[in-house]
Amino acid sequence: MLTAILIMSGIALVLGAVLGYSALKFKVEGNPLVDQIDAILPQTQCGQCGFPGCRPYATAIAEGAADINRCPPGGEEGIHKLADLLKVEFKPFGEGMAQPKTKSVAFIDENTCIGCTLCLQACPVDAIAGAAKQMHTIIASECTGCELCLPPCPVDCISMEPLPQTVQSWKWHYPIYTMAVTK
Amino acid sequence: MSTLHRFHGGIHPAEHKQESSERPIARAPLPQQLVLPLLQHIGARAKAVVQAGDRVLKGELIAYAEGTVSAALHAPTSGTVLAVEPRAVPHPSGLPDVCIVIEPDGADQWDEHPSFDFCPLSKAELLARLRDGGIVGLGGATFPTHVKMATLVQTLVLNGAECEPWITTDDRLMRERAAEIVEGIAVLRHLVSPSKIVVGIEDNKPLAIAAMRQACAGTDIEVIAIPTLYPSGGERQLIKILTGKEVPSGRRPLDIGVACTNVATAYAVHRVVNHGEPLMARVVTVTGNVAAPQNIEVPLGMSIAEVVRLAGGALPGTTGYILGGPMMGLHVTDTSLPLVKSTNCIIVKSDRLFPPAAPTLPCIRCTRCAQVCPAELQPQDLYWFAKGRELDKAESYHLFDCIECGACSYVCPSSIPLVQYYRYAKSEVQAQHRERAAADHARERHEARLSRIERDKREKAEKLAEKERAAALARQQAEAAAVSPPSADDAQALIQAALQRVRAQAAAPKNTDNLTPEQRAQIAEAEARRAQAQPVAHVATPKD
Repeated sequence: MLTAILIMSGIALVLGAVLGYSALKFKVEGNPLVDQIDAILPQTQCGQCGFPGCRPYATAIAEGAADINRCPPGGEEGIHKLADLLKVEFKPFGEGMAQPKTKSVAFIDENTCIGCTLCLQACPVDAIAGAAKQMHTIIASECTGCELCLPPCPVDCISMEPLPQTVQSWKWHYPIYTMAVTK
Repeated sequence: MSTLHRFHGGIHPAEHKQESSERPIARAPLPQQLVLPLLQHIGARAKAVVQAGDRVLKGELIAYAEGTVSAALHAPTSGTVLAVEPRAVPHPSGLPDVCIVIEPDGADQWDEHPSFDFCPLSKAELLARLRDGGIVGLGGATFPTHVKMATLVQTLVLNGAECEPWITTDDRLMRERAAEIVEGIAVLRHLVSPSKIVVGIEDNKPLAIAAMRQACAGTDIEVIAIPTLYPSGGERQLIKILTGKEVPSGRRPLDIGVACTNVATAYAVHRVVNHGEPLMARVVTVTGNVAAPQNIEVPLGMSIAEVVRLAGGALPGTTGYILGGPMMGLHVTDTSLPLVKSTNCIIVKSDRLFPPAAPTLPCIRCTRCAQVCPAELQPQDLYWFAKGRELDKAESYHLFDCIECGACSYVCPSSIPLVQYYRYAKSEVQAQHRERAAADHARERHEARLSRIERDKREKAEKLAEKERAAALARQQAEAAAVSPPSADDAQALIQAALQRVRAQAAAPKNTDNLTPEQRAQIAEAEARRAQAQPVAHVATPKD
């Protein structure tokens, strides 16, 4: 009887020590779910979701503080992926909320730009080149199309230009055909 | 004679080769206008070096290869560049792309085009010559040859299978220009040093096989007749047939020590090396609903309409054109499209030859598509995944091993356009990969920006703290000074201390005092040399 108790408590002690040690040794830094959500988000850092960037939104989703249908640049595809990851139902974009648009890049009208650097400070990915009282220009290949540079511009010289489709960016469309129907 | 192997599946569509294979290759006269797309190969678009108004000579470089995977472009004849602008190009999207438009002057005047001896050239130099000669795979995939031939391999496979129905360009080329093809193979051999070279030709081309065997007599190049079975001309399928080796999923033939290229590519290599002629013309089969189906050597950039006219013109009942073969070709209706490096065949369609597709019925899960798939895929599963937009699953079922040969659609009793579904799924997955890469890049830049802002803030705060510390110190001293203003005695003491310091400095030994006798002797010697040198300097300038 006593031997059995001793053996059992011995095993419990050893296993407890192993578990305690591994909890310290293999401690996961940060929340891995946030990283997984962040990997799905399109990283435009546009703030249309109401959070100041993609990572804060990912953190909010992970904490259950935000819905998964608040990222227009990610499109419905993005919502599907988030729903799959979080094992929740798909949710369409809400009425009256920001809706997906065609992908565009910002364009600065160089005749109007006064070189105020306000857009430089707004750009989340440093895609605008320029200096005080020097004309600014967008580095189109780095621009994510977040539109954050539009409101600060005092002379409204920034416009969004939709990206043209080229033979290299073109995609095969989903096959559409009529099926034969016989009565 | 090596043993032949068999690839999985395959089909036997009606061949229709006789129509065009019995006439010799004709030469096209100069057309009114040439339209040369800058992107007619796999890889990056070539960079134009001419502009509207420039005069160009035949064979002159008009666009150079930009980047590693790219190929140059040359003027097919002498003339004037009319424009460098977007024009309709043979692409499934129907979108315009940048083209160089040349108006021939009729003189057909050559630029300098020296042939060269490739043996003394280094491998890199020879590859660069192929790149600058615009050589790409002419079987249809147009992969730049200088990239493919940069790796040493054990086996070099020459593809003369030409398995698609209707097409006979390689057949005619091998019949008429076998010796030149063999010379091209010699150049490729120099590049990839294979221990074995095989030419695979489908056995429905006995004359081409005979011609190639005759040209290869006395060499170690083996010409092998392979059974006629579509798609034996697929790179992976041909390698399987000839070597028994399978190219693993997601890898390239080079990874298993095999390089495979078309016989027409070998011919183009021969032209560039032994004649100095870059790739600016190709043999194209014009067949189907035309008066005189035949093969024609056509300058790149000639319009479909003009090429078809050379073959006697389209007959009544024409409904459209196929660029390439009926199984994998591109269906178009615009006859102003230019002929490009990949166009090996123009088939004029009519309802008699190509009856409209039967209406599509639902999939009945008969798995005949799986029986014929040469890539050993499960086409019916891929179809369901693509139809349901489950792209991850399609990818895990090796969607990207699909070679889009169309064998599955061909046998489908429900006439489902299966290949269209695979193309849709592939391009969607590729677009997602591109977006993912762009998002990762944006995240990196955003994080870099955040850390920079953080660093700036910290540095500013540190500077401010430093300033405040200095100010506080100054204030303390000022306060201390204010508490005890300096008296006259203190001032006297300070002056005395300063004077003492000056005196101490004056009393300190100079570096010329306390010298050792040796140092003194050295100084004396130097002084003597200086005294000697002065009169010499005076003699050297007697005018003074």
